[in-house]
Amino acid sequence: MSGIVSQIPVPAWPDDIFAALKAAEIRQVGYVPDAGHMRLIERVVADPDIRAVSLTSEEEGIGLAAGAWLGGQRAALLMQSSGVGNCINMLSLAKSCRFPLTLLVTMRGEWGEFNPWQVPMGTRTQAALELMEVLVYRVERAEEVGETVTAALDIAFNGGPVTAVLLAQRLIGAKRWVK
Amino acid sequence: MSRPAAANDPRVDRRAAMRTLLAGRGDMLLVTGLGSTTYDAASVGDDERNFYLWGAMGAASMIGLGLAIARPERRVLVVTGDGEMLMGLGALATVGVQRPPNLAIVVFDNGSYAETGMQPSHTQGGVSLCGVARACGFDAVFDITDVAALTEFAARLPALDRPGSFDRTVFARVAIHADEPPRVLPSRDGVHLKNRLRRALGVE
Repeated sequence: MSGIVSQIPVPAWPDDIFAALKAAEIRQVGYVPDAGHMRLIERVVADPDIRAVSLTSEEEGIGLAAGAWLGGQRAALLMQSSGVGNCINMLSLAKSCRFPLTLLVTMRGEWGEFNPWQVPMGTRTQAALELMEVLVYRVERAEEVGETVTAALDIAFNGGPVTAVLLAQRLIGAKRWVK
Repeated sequence: MSRPAAANDPRVDRRAAMRTLLAGRGDMLLVTGLGSTTYDAASVGDDERNFYLWGAMGAASMIGLGLAIARPERRVLVVTGDGEMLMGLGALATVGVQRPPNLAIVVFDNGSYAETGMQPSHTQGGVSLCGVARACGFDAVFDITDVAALTEFAARLPALDRPGSFDRTVFARVAIHADEPPRVLPSRDGVHLKNRLRRALGVE
């Protein structure tokens, strides 16, 4: 019997992201479940003032965030780097209408990646976003996560471009695979 | 140009279908999908409460979901085509889990991609969008194939709290003729469309 066991210790930075989302008055959070975002998803789901929307695919979240903004609410999206590829055409919605949008992306396919199938998208995630003129911040150190997410949300909701924060795999910890 | 329907063909004219849906719209908010449903809405009359998609194919239902969650006191109506719905079929699963009671998704189904040369869509190939919606957890699903049923359906839409009005997430498929009436083109300026809807809602 083989299985996948996540041995990710409980770090503080997901709580820092949650605090940044609350400070920015985010009311809807779209996400595709991801181990790196596990604790943040738990916090979001538990918050009575945030509607957590589990998505079947990441591009759904771009539409969700647009609808939220049309109705006067702010949304943020959580995804893994592989999901960025699913979003590329849908980013044209945010760009054409200048919808405020921030993507919080946990990186795979880089530091200590066990699964080589994660590498093609993981190594091109930042370039793909930048090709779509998304402003990308990359974070390697836990203590910089909160302020970086705050900065990314500030720019997006003050009329700036779509922003993304890439949370490095070294920060998250590589997924442990055991037989 | 519209072709006259055969006398025994009960399917609905798409422009008449949109007029029927919006006839008593009240303060209903409308999201239309990329393609002909945007022209259908514009043919009824431009309105600041309409948000037309000119791209982002597959996103109409998700925009409706975000809007319905943000504005629970307003009816949010999504009208899109079968091709647009098929491109975002996963959204039906996502909406089926969230089920905001003020959201209605209506698909104008002509079994064809009218924009690109009337190539057959998967609904013509046997895929049932109503079946998908039911399987995704919608329990108010309507397969509308004639004007009388559409008129009855439309009357239950705009209000949220009247006797007979829908009190749960609605999905409807409306069988329409596969024709291509002359295009009525609303604004393609996404920033304008976004800001005017937000102003209409008092959030801009």
